[in-house]
Amino acid sequence: MSTFLEEVNDRMGGTPIQSCFHCRKCTAGCPVAFAMEYNPNAVVKMIQMGMKEKVLTSSTIWLCASCETCVTRCPNEVDIAGMMDTLREMAIESGVSKGEKNVVKFHEAFLSSIKMGGRINEPTMLVHYKLKSGDLFSDLGLGMSMFMKGKIKPISPRTKDMGSVRKIFKSTGK
Amino acid sequence: MKVSYYPGCSLHATGKEYDQSVKAVSDAVGIELQEVEDWSCCGASSAHMTNFKLSVALPARNIIAAQKDKLDMMVPCAACFNRFKSAQHHLDGDDALKAEVEEIIGAKYDASVSVRNPIDILYNDIGLEKLGEAVTRKLDGLKPVSYYGCLLLRPPEVCQFDDYENPYMMDGIMNALGADARNWSCKTDCCGGSLTLSKTEIVVHLVDKMMMMASEAGANCIVTACPVCFANLDTRASEKGRLPAFYFTEIIALALGLKGTEEWFKMHNVDPRPLLTSLGLM
Ligand code: SF4
Ligand code: SF4
Repeated sequence: MSTFLEEVNDRMGGTPIQSCFHCRKCTAGCPVAFAMEYNPNAVVKMIQMGMKEKVLTSSTIWLCASCETCVTRCPNEVDIAGMMDTLREMAIESGVSKGEKNVVKFHEAFLSSIKMGGRINEPTMLVHYKLKSGDLFSDLGLGMSMFMKGKIKPISPRTKDMGSVRKIFKSTGK
Repeated sequence: MKVSYYPGCSLHATGKEYDQSVKAVSDAVGIELQEVEDWSCCGASSAHMTNFKLSVALPARNIIAAQKDKLDMMVPCAACFNRFKSAQHHLDGDDALKAEVEEIIGAKYDASVSVRNPIDILYNDIGLEKLGEAVTRKLDGLKPVSYYGCLLLRPPEVCQFDDYENPYMMDGIMNALGADARNWSCKTDCCGGSLTLSKTEIVVHLVDKMMMMASEAGANCIVTACPVCFANLDTRASEKGRLPAFYFTEIIALALGLKGTEEWFKMHNVDPRPLLTSLGLM
Protein backbone atom coordinates (compact mmCIF):
# COMPACT_ATOMS: atom_id res chain seq x y z
CA MET A 1 0.00 0.00 0.00
CA SER A 2 1.34 3.42 -0.84
CA THR A 3 1.82 6.08 1.79
CA PHE A 4 -0.25 9.27 1.81
CA LEU A 5 2.79 11.16 0.51
CA GLU A 6 3.19 8.76 -2.43
CA GLU A 7 -0.50 8.94 -3.17
CA VAL A 8 -0.49 12.75 -3.32
CA ASN A 9 2.71 12.85 -5.41
CA ASP A 10 1.33 10.26 -7.85
CA ARG A 11 -1.86 12.15 -8.41
CA MET A 12 -0.15 15.52 -8.76
CA GLY A 13 2.69 14.54 -11.07
CA GLY A 14 5.43 17.18 -11.37
CA THR A 15 7.69 18.19 -8.50
CA PRO A 16 7.41 15.81 -5.53
CA ILE A 17 6.28 17.48 -2.33
CA GLN A 18 9.38 16.39 -0.41
CA SER A 19 11.41 18.88 -2.49
CA CYS A 20 10.10 21.41 0.02
CA PHE A 21 12.83 22.68 2.38
CA HIS A 22 10.32 24.45 4.62
CA CYS A 23 11.33 28.04 4.00
CA ARG A 24 7.66 29.01 4.50
CA LYS A 25 7.67 31.49 1.66
CA CYS A 26 4.40 29.94 0.48
CA THR A 27 2.84 30.60 3.84
CA ALA A 28 4.22 34.11 4.18
CA GLY A 29 2.58 35.12 0.89
CA CYS A 30 -0.68 33.20 1.32
CA PRO A 31 -3.58 35.65 1.62
CA VAL A 32 -5.75 33.18 3.50
CA ALA A 33 -3.17 31.64 5.86
CA PHE A 34 -4.48 33.82 8.69
CA ALA A 35 -7.80 31.98 8.57
CA MET A 36 -6.50 28.48 7.91
CA GLU A 37 -6.56 25.64 10.41
CA TYR A 38 -3.14 24.45 9.15
CA ASN A 39 -1.04 26.77 7.01
CA PRO A 40 0.19 25.63 3.57
CA ASN A 41 3.62 24.62 4.82
CA ALA A 42 2.09 22.73 7.75
CA VAL A 43 0.00 20.75 5.27
CA VAL A 44 3.17 19.73 3.43
CA LYS A 45 4.64 18.49 6.71
CA MET A 46 1.44 16.67 7.63
CA ILE A 47 1.37 14.88 4.29
CA GLN A 48 4.94 13.75 4.87
CA MET A 49 3.92 12.45 8.26
CA GLY A 50 1.01 10.52 6.79
CA MET A 51 -1.72 12.49 8.57
CA LYS A 52 -4.27 11.73 5.90
CA GLU A 53 -7.48 12.07 7.82
CA LYS A 54 -6.51 15.33 9.51
CA VAL A 55 -5.52 16.86 6.17
CA LEU A 56 -8.53 15.70 4.17
CA THR A 57 -11.03 16.81 6.80
CA SER A 58 -9.33 20.13 7.47
CA SER A 59 -10.86 23.47 6.59
CA THR A 60 -7.56 24.55 5.03
CA ILE A 61 -8.07 22.77 1.73
CA TRP A 62 -11.40 24.53 1.23
CA LEU A 63 -10.16 27.97 2.27
CA CYS A 64 -7.33 28.02 -0.25
CA ALA A 65 -8.44 30.58 -2.83
CA SER A 66 -6.26 29.15 -5.62
CA CYS A 67 -4.47 32.45 -5.99
CA GLU A 68 -1.23 30.63 -6.99
CA THR A 69 0.99 33.05 -5.07
CA CYS A 70 2.64 30.11 -3.29
CA VAL A 71 3.53 28.30 -6.53
CA THR A 72 4.85 31.45 -8.10
CA ARG A 73 7.20 32.17 -5.19
CA CYS A 74 8.32 28.69 -4.10
CA PRO A 75 12.08 28.33 -4.70
CA ASN A 76 11.63 24.59 -5.27
CA GLU A 77 8.67 24.69 -7.64
CA VAL A 78 6.41 22.82 -5.27
CA ASP A 79 2.88 23.26 -6.64
CA ILE A 80 1.04 23.99 -3.41
CA ALA A 81 -2.07 25.23 -5.24
CA GLY A 82 -2.15 22.04 -7.32
CA MET A 83 -1.66 20.07 -4.11
CA MET A 84 -4.74 21.77 -2.63
CA ASP A 85 -6.76 20.84 -5.76
CA THR A 86 -5.60 17.24 -5.41
CA LEU A 87 -6.46 17.14 -1.71
CA ARG A 88 -9.94 18.53 -2.42
CA GLU A 89 -10.51 15.86 -5.06
CA MET A 90 -9.34 13.17 -2.63
CA ALA A 91 -11.56 14.52 0.13
CA ILE A 92 -14.62 14.47 -2.14
CA GLU A 93 -13.83 10.97 -3.40
CA SER A 94 -13.45 9.57 0.07
CA GLY A 95 -16.60 11.35 1.24
CA VAL A 96 -14.86 13.34 3.97
CA SER A 97 -15.16 16.83 2.50
CA LYS A 98 -16.53 18.24 5.72
CA GLY A 99 -13.97 20.90 6.54
CA GLU A 100 -15.91 23.86 5.20
CA LYS A 101 -19.39 22.70 4.27
CA ASN A 102 -20.52 25.90 2.63
CA VAL A 103 -17.50 26.13 0.34
CA VAL A 104 -18.16 22.59 -0.87
CA LYS A 105 -21.85 23.40 -1.34
CA PHE A 106 -20.97 26.49 -3.34
CA HIS A 107 -18.89 24.42 -5.79
CA GLU A 108 -21.68 21.84 -6.06
CA ALA A 109 -24.25 24.54 -6.80
CA PHE A 110 -21.95 26.18 -9.34
CA LEU A 111 -21.24 22.97 -11.26
CA SER A 112 -24.84 21.82 -11.25
CA SER A 113 -25.82 25.17 -12.76
CA ILE A 114 -23.43 24.49 -15.68
CA LYS A 115 -24.79 20.99 -16.01
CA MET A 116 -28.31 22.37 -16.31
CA GLY A 117 -27.81 25.16 -18.80
CA GLY A 118 -24.25 25.06 -20.09
CA ARG A 119 -23.72 28.51 -18.60
CA ILE A 120 -24.07 29.89 -15.10
CA ASN A 121 -27.37 31.50 -14.37
CA GLU A 122 -26.42 33.49 -11.30
CA PRO A 123 -29.87 33.74 -9.62
CA THR A 124 -30.58 30.02 -10.03
CA MET A 125 -27.09 29.18 -8.83
CA LEU A 126 -27.54 31.43 -5.80
CA VAL A 127 -30.90 29.96 -4.85
CA HIS A 128 -29.44 26.49 -5.24
CA TYR A 129 -26.49 27.40 -3.01
CA LYS A 130 -28.71 29.07 -0.42
CA LEU A 131 -30.98 26.04 -0.17
CA LYS A 132 -28.04 23.66 0.12
CA SER A 133 -26.19 25.73 2.69
CA GLY A 134 -29.23 26.87 4.67
CA ASP A 135 -27.66 30.35 4.70
CA LEU A 136 -30.83 31.94 3.40
CA PHE A 137 -30.66 35.57 4.35
CA SER A 138 -27.16 36.95 3.88
CA ASP A 139 -26.77 39.06 0.75
CA LEU A 140 -30.52 39.23 0.19
CA GLY A 141 -30.37 43.02 -0.08
CA LEU A 142 -27.39 42.93 -2.42
CA GLY A 143 -29.12 40.39 -4.66
CA MET A 144 -32.27 42.49 -4.79
CA SER A 145 -30.30 45.59 -5.65
CA MET A 146 -28.49 43.80 -8.51
CA PHE A 147 -31.84 42.53 -9.72
CA MET A 148 -33.30 46.04 -9.68
CA LYS A 149 -30.31 47.39 -11.58
CA GLY A 150 -30.93 44.81 -14.29
CA LYS A 151 -27.64 43.07 -13.65
CA ILE A 152 -29.05 39.67 -12.93
CA LYS A 153 -32.03 38.14 -14.64
CA PRO A 154 -33.97 35.00 -13.64
CA ILE A 155 -33.66 33.67 -17.17
CA SER A 156 -30.61 33.98 -19.41
CA PRO A 157 -29.58 32.40 -22.74
CA ARG A 158 -28.25 28.87 -22.45
CA THR A 159 -25.88 26.77 -24.49
CA LYS A 160 -27.91 25.15 -27.28
CA ASP A 161 -25.92 21.97 -27.70
CA MET A 162 -26.45 20.74 -24.15
CA GLY A 163 -25.74 17.16 -25.19
CA SER A 164 -22.05 17.98 -25.55
CA VAL A 165 -21.93 19.67 -22.14
CA ARG A 166 -23.69 16.76 -20.42
CA LYS A 167 -21.28 14.36 -22.07
CA ILE A 168 -18.33 16.25 -20.56
CA PHE A 169 -19.80 15.93 -17.08
CA LYS A 170 -20.63 12.27 -17.58
CA SER A 171 -17.23 11.31 -18.99
CA THR A 172 -15.33 13.13 -16.28
CA GLY A 173 -17.35 11.45 -13.58
CA LYS A 174 -19.60 14.23 -12.35
CA MET B 1 -8.33 43.61 -36.55
CA LYS B 2 -10.80 40.83 -35.91
CA VAL B 3 -10.88 38.47 -32.91
CA SER B 4 -13.06 35.68 -31.55
CA TYR B 5 -14.93 36.83 -28.47
CA TYR B 6 -15.63 34.68 -25.44
CA PRO B 7 -17.77 36.70 -23.00
CA GLY B 8 -18.29 33.99 -20.36
CA CYS B 9 -21.09 33.82 -17.79
CA SER B 10 -20.11 36.75 -15.58
CA LEU B 11 -20.09 39.22 -18.44
CA HIS B 12 -23.69 38.35 -19.17
CA ALA B 13 -24.76 38.96 -15.58
CA THR B 14 -22.95 40.66 -12.70
CA GLY B 15 -20.19 41.82 -15.06
CA LYS B 16 -22.52 43.33 -17.62
CA GLU B 17 -20.80 46.70 -17.67
CA TYR B 18 -17.52 44.96 -18.49
CA ASP B 19 -19.08 43.23 -21.52
CA GLN B 20 -20.68 46.42 -22.75
CA SER B 21 -17.60 48.58 -22.22
CA VAL B 22 -15.31 46.03 -23.92
CA LYS B 23 -17.64 46.07 -26.90
CA ALA B 24 -17.85 49.87 -27.01
CA VAL B 25 -14.08 50.31 -26.74
CA SER B 26 -13.37 47.57 -29.31
CA ASP B 27 -15.74 49.22 -31.73
CA ALA B 28 -14.14 52.63 -31.19
CA VAL B 29 -10.57 51.46 -31.81
CA GLY B 30 -11.36 49.12 -34.69
CA ILE B 31 -11.45 45.64 -33.15
CA GLU B 32 -14.18 43.49 -34.61
CA LEU B 33 -15.57 40.86 -32.23
CA GLN B 34 -17.01 37.57 -33.35
CA GLU B 35 -18.68 35.67 -30.52
CA VAL B 36 -17.59 32.04 -30.11
CA GLU B 37 -20.43 29.92 -31.45
CA ASP B 38 -22.69 28.36 -28.80
CA TRP B 39 -20.11 28.83 -26.05
CA SER B 40 -20.47 27.18 -22.65
CA CYS B 41 -19.10 27.97 -19.18
CA CYS B 42 -15.36 27.48 -18.61
CA GLY B 43 -16.02 25.81 -15.22
CA ALA B 44 -14.25 28.61 -13.33
CA SER B 45 -12.75 27.83 -9.95
CA SER B 46 -15.34 25.23 -9.02
CA ALA B 47 -14.26 22.78 -11.70
CA HIS B 48 -10.52 22.90 -11.09
CA MET B 49 -10.96 22.87 -7.33
CA THR B 50 -12.90 19.63 -7.44
CA ASN B 51 -12.30 17.75 -10.70
CA PHE B 52 -9.18 18.17 -12.81
CA LYS B 53 -10.42 16.54 -16.00
CA LEU B 54 -13.62 18.54 -15.99
CA SER B 55 -11.54 21.70 -15.58
CA VAL B 56 -9.69 20.93 -18.83
CA ALA B 57 -12.62 19.60 -20.85
CA LEU B 58 -14.98 22.55 -20.25
CA PRO B 59 -12.60 25.21 -21.63
CA ALA B 60 -11.46 22.80 -24.37
CA ARG B 61 -15.00 22.60 -25.74
CA ASN B 62 -14.90 26.37 -26.32
CA ILE B 63 -11.37 26.53 -27.67
CA ILE B 64 -12.28 23.85 -30.19
CA ALA B 65 -15.44 25.76 -31.13
CA ALA B 66 -13.28 28.84 -31.80
CA GLN B 67 -10.69 27.01 -33.91
CA LYS B 68 -12.64 27.25 -37.14
CA ASP B 69 -12.60 31.06 -37.00
CA LYS B 70 -8.78 31.08 -37.16
CA LEU B 71 -8.54 34.20 -35.02
CA ASP B 72 -7.01 35.19 -31.71
CA MET B 73 -9.56 34.76 -28.96
CA MET B 74 -10.35 37.72 -26.72
CA VAL B 75 -11.28 36.67 -23.17
CA PRO B 76 -11.99 39.73 -20.98
CA CYS B 77 -12.83 37.83 -17.77
CA ALA B 78 -9.62 37.12 -15.85
CA ALA B 79 -11.08 33.93 -14.39
CA CYS B 80 -12.04 32.54 -17.80
CA PHE B 81 -8.67 33.66 -19.20
CA ASN B 82 -6.89 31.69 -16.51
CA ARG B 83 -8.96 28.55 -17.11
CA PHE B 84 -8.36 28.70 -20.86
CA LYS B 85 -4.62 29.23 -20.49
CA SER B 86 -4.39 26.46 -17.95
CA ALA B 87 -6.38 24.01 -20.13
CA GLN B 88 -4.11 24.79 -23.09
CA HIS B 89 -1.05 24.29 -20.91
CA HIS B 90 -2.24 20.81 -19.91
CA LEU B 91 -3.45 19.83 -23.40
CA ASP B 92 -0.16 20.94 -24.97
CA GLY B 93 1.92 19.02 -22.45
CA ASP B 94 0.00 15.76 -22.08
CA ASP B 95 -0.88 13.73 -25.18
CA ALA B 96 -2.88 11.12 -23.29
CA LEU B 97 -5.04 13.80 -21.68
CA LYS B 98 -5.45 15.53 -25.03
CA ALA B 99 -6.61 12.30 -26.67
CA GLU B 100 -9.08 11.66 -23.87
CA VAL B 101 -10.51 15.20 -24.04
CA GLU B 102 -10.80 15.02 -27.84
CA GLU B 103 -12.70 11.77 -27.43
CA ILE B 104 -15.12 13.35 -24.93
CA ILE B 105 -15.71 16.39 -27.12
CA GLY B 106 -15.73 14.49 -30.38
CA ALA B 107 -13.36 16.87 -32.19
CA LYS B 108 -9.63 17.56 -32.51
CA TYR B 109 -7.77 20.20 -30.51
CA ASP B 110 -5.16 21.80 -32.76
CA ALA B 111 -3.39 24.26 -30.43
CA SER B 112 -3.91 27.08 -32.95
CA VAL B 113 -5.97 29.55 -30.90
CA SER B 114 -4.11 32.26 -29.03
CA VAL B 115 -6.06 33.22 -25.90
CA ARG B 116 -5.67 36.91 -25.10
CA ASN B 117 -6.97 39.40 -22.58
CA PRO B 118 -8.10 42.81 -23.90
CA ILE B 119 -5.40 44.53 -21.78
CA ASP B 120 -2.80 42.77 -23.91
CA ILE B 121 -4.63 43.43 -27.20
CA LEU B 122 -5.16 47.12 -26.47
CA TYR B 123 -1.62 47.63 -25.20
CA ASN B 124 0.26 45.61 -27.81
CA ASP B 125 -1.90 45.61 -30.96
CA ILE B 126 -3.73 48.92 -30.77
CA GLY B 127 -0.98 50.67 -28.82
CA LEU B 128 -0.85 53.53 -26.35
CA GLU B 129 -0.23 56.12 -29.01
CA LYS B 130 -3.41 55.33 -30.89
CA LEU B 131 -5.39 55.14 -27.64
CA GLY B 132 -4.01 58.49 -26.57
CA GLU B 133 -4.95 60.08 -29.90
CA ALA B 134 -8.53 58.87 -29.52
CA VAL B 135 -8.97 60.64 -26.16
CA THR B 136 -11.59 63.38 -26.21
CA ARG B 137 -11.73 63.94 -22.46
CA LYS B 138 -8.38 63.82 -20.68
CA LEU B 139 -8.81 62.17 -17.30
CA ASP B 140 -7.25 64.98 -15.27
CA GLY B 141 -7.51 64.34 -11.56
CA LEU B 142 -8.30 60.66 -11.84
CA LYS B 143 -5.80 58.73 -9.76
CA PRO B 144 -6.40 55.03 -10.22
CA VAL B 145 -4.43 52.11 -8.87
CA SER B 146 -4.29 49.13 -11.24
CA TYR B 147 -5.45 45.94 -9.66
CA TYR B 148 -4.75 42.69 -11.50
CA GLY B 149 -5.43 40.12 -8.80
CA CYS B 150 -4.33 36.55 -9.39
CA LEU B 151 -5.90 35.11 -12.45
CA LEU B 152 -4.31 37.11 -15.25
CA LEU B 153 -0.79 36.53 -14.00
CA ARG B 154 -0.35 33.29 -12.10
CA PRO B 155 1.19 30.89 -12.60
CA PRO B 156 3.45 32.99 -14.86
CA GLU B 157 4.57 30.14 -17.13
CA VAL B 158 0.92 29.36 -17.86
CA CYS B 159 -0.47 32.89 -18.19
CA GLN B 160 2.54 34.49 -19.90
CA PHE B 161 1.07 37.90 -19.38
CA ASP B 162 2.78 41.13 -18.26
CA ASP B 163 5.31 41.23 -15.41
CA TYR B 164 3.91 38.88 -12.78
CA GLU B 165 5.13 40.69 -9.64
CA ASN B 166 4.91 44.25 -10.93
CA PRO B 167 2.67 44.39 -13.99
CA TYR B 168 2.63 47.66 -15.92
CA MET B 169 0.29 47.44 -18.93
CA MET B 170 -2.83 48.74 -17.18
CA ASP B 171 -0.89 51.67 -15.66
CA GLY B 172 0.38 52.46 -19.15
CA ILE B 173 -3.15 52.52 -20.52
CA MET B 174 -4.42 54.73 -17.68
CA ASN B 175 -1.60 57.23 -18.13
CA ALA B 176 -2.15 57.33 -21.89
CA LEU B 177 -5.70 58.51 -21.13
CA GLY B 178 -4.42 61.40 -19.04
CA ALA B 179 -5.01 59.74 -15.66
CA ASP B 180 -2.31 59.61 -13.01
CA ALA B 181 -1.86 55.90 -12.17
CA ARG B 182 -0.52 55.55 -8.64
CA ASN B 183 2.11 53.06 -7.70
CA TRP B 184 1.13 50.59 -4.99
CA SER B 185 2.11 47.21 -3.67
CA CYS B 186 -1.17 45.30 -3.99
CA LYS B 187 -1.38 44.99 -7.79
CA THR B 188 -1.22 41.22 -7.71
CA ASP B 189 -2.74 40.47 -4.30
CA CYS B 190 -5.67 38.11 -3.93
CA CYS B 191 -9.22 39.33 -3.12
CA GLY B 192 -10.41 35.93 -1.93
CA GLY B 193 -12.18 35.16 -5.20
CA SER B 194 -15.00 32.68 -5.04
CA LEU B 195 -14.94 32.54 -1.23
CA THR B 196 -17.12 35.64 -1.39
CA LEU B 197 -20.39 33.77 -0.77
CA SER B 198 -19.25 30.96 1.45
CA LYS B 199 -16.59 32.77 3.53
CA THR B 200 -17.56 36.41 3.20
CA GLU B 201 -15.55 37.56 6.24
CA ILE B 202 -12.26 36.52 4.61
CA VAL B 203 -13.06 38.54 1.49
CA VAL B 204 -14.06 41.59 3.55
CA HIS B 205 -10.74 41.42 5.40
CA LEU B 206 -8.72 41.23 2.15
CA VAL B 207 -10.67 43.92 0.34
CA ASP B 208 -10.56 46.35 3.26
CA LYS B 209 -6.79 46.00 3.40
CA MET B 210 -6.59 46.74 -0.29
CA MET B 211 -8.75 49.89 0.02
CA MET B 212 -6.50 51.14 2.79
CA MET B 213 -3.36 50.55 0.74
CA ALA B 214 -4.92 52.27 -2.28
CA SER B 215 -5.77 55.35 -0.24
CA GLU B 216 -2.28 55.45 1.20
CA ALA B 217 -0.93 55.42 -2.35
CA GLY B 218 -2.98 58.56 -3.04
CA ALA B 219 -5.51 56.85 -5.29
CA ASN B 220 -9.13 57.88 -5.68
CA CYS B 221 -10.33 54.72 -7.46
CA ILE B 222 -9.34 51.16 -8.36
CA VAL B 223 -9.36 49.70 -11.87
CA THR B 224 -9.50 46.02 -12.65
CA ALA B 225 -10.04 43.53 -15.47
CA CYS B 226 -11.62 40.79 -13.43
CA PRO B 227 -15.36 40.44 -12.71
CA VAL B 228 -14.65 38.47 -9.53
CA CYS B 229 -12.27 41.16 -8.21
CA PHE B 230 -14.67 43.87 -9.31
CA ALA B 231 -17.62 42.30 -7.51
CA ASN B 232 -15.58 41.86 -4.35
CA LEU B 233 -14.18 45.41 -4.40
CA ASP B 234 -17.56 46.91 -5.30
CA THR B 235 -19.72 45.01 -2.81
CA ARG B 236 -17.54 43.67 0.00
CA ALA B 237 -15.49 46.64 1.20
CA SER B 238 -16.59 48.22 4.46
CA GLU B 239 -18.24 51.57 3.96
CA LYS B 240 -15.52 53.50 5.73
CA GLY B 241 -12.62 54.18 3.41
CA ARG B 242 -13.88 52.40 0.35
CA LEU B 243 -13.05 53.74 -3.11
CA PRO B 244 -15.11 53.26 -6.26
CA ALA B 245 -13.99 50.43 -8.55
CA PHE B 246 -14.04 50.42 -12.35
CA TYR B 247 -13.42 48.00 -15.16
CA PHE B 248 -10.47 49.38 -17.07
CA THR B 249 -12.55 49.47 -20.24
CA GLU B 250 -15.12 51.72 -18.55
CA ILE B 251 -12.31 54.20 -17.93
CA ILE B 252 -11.16 53.99 -21.54
CA ALA B 253 -14.73 54.56 -22.72
CA LEU B 254 -14.99 57.59 -20.43
CA ALA B 255 -11.83 59.11 -21.87
CA LEU B 256 -12.88 58.39 -25.43
CA GLY B 257 -16.27 60.03 -24.80
CA LEU B 258 -18.16 56.86 -25.73
CA LYS B 259 -21.85 56.36 -25.11
CA GLY B 260 -23.08 54.17 -22.25
CA THR B 261 -20.76 55.14 -19.38
CA GLU B 262 -23.54 56.67 -17.28
CA GLU B 263 -25.65 53.50 -17.63
CA TRP B 264 -22.74 51.31 -16.55
CA PHE B 265 -21.85 53.47 -13.57
CA LYS B 266 -25.45 53.28 -12.39
CA MET B 267 -25.07 49.51 -12.13
CA HIS B 268 -22.18 49.78 -9.66
CA ASN B 269 -22.87 49.17 -6.01
CA VAL B 270 -20.50 51.99 -5.01
CA ASP B 271 -21.62 54.86 -7.22
CA PRO B 272 -18.55 56.40 -8.91
CA ARG B 273 -20.46 59.38 -10.27
CA PRO B 274 -19.89 61.72 -7.30
CA LEU B 275 -16.12 61.31 -7.76
CA LEU B 276 -16.28 61.81 -11.52
CA THR B 277 -18.55 64.82 -11.19
CA SER B 278 -16.26 66.42 -8.61
CA LEU B 279 -13.36 66.00 -11.05
CA GLY B 280 -15.40 67.50 -13.88
CA LEU B 281 -15.24 64.25 -15.83
CA MET B 282 -19.00 63.73 -16.10
S1 SF4 C 1 7.75 27.95 -0.50
FE1 SF4 C 1 8.14 25.90 -1.33
S2 SF4 C 1 10.01 25.21 -0.30
FE2 SF4 C 1 9.26 26.96 0.87
S3 SF4 C 1 7.99 26.04 2.49
FE3 SF4 C 1 6.60 26.50 0.79
S4 SF4 C 1 6.53 24.62 -0.44
FE4 SF4 C 1 8.29 24.47 0.93
S1 SF4 D 1 -3.06 29.12 -3.79
FE1 SF4 D 1 -4.04 28.66 -1.82
S2 SF4 D 1 -2.36 28.01 -0.49
FE2 SF4 D 1 -1.42 29.03 -2.25
S3 SF4 D 1 -1.13 31.14 -1.55
FE3 SF4 D 1 -3.10 31.06 -2.63
S4 SF4 D 1 -4.65 30.68 -1.04
FE4 SF4 D 1 -2.62 30.20 -0.15
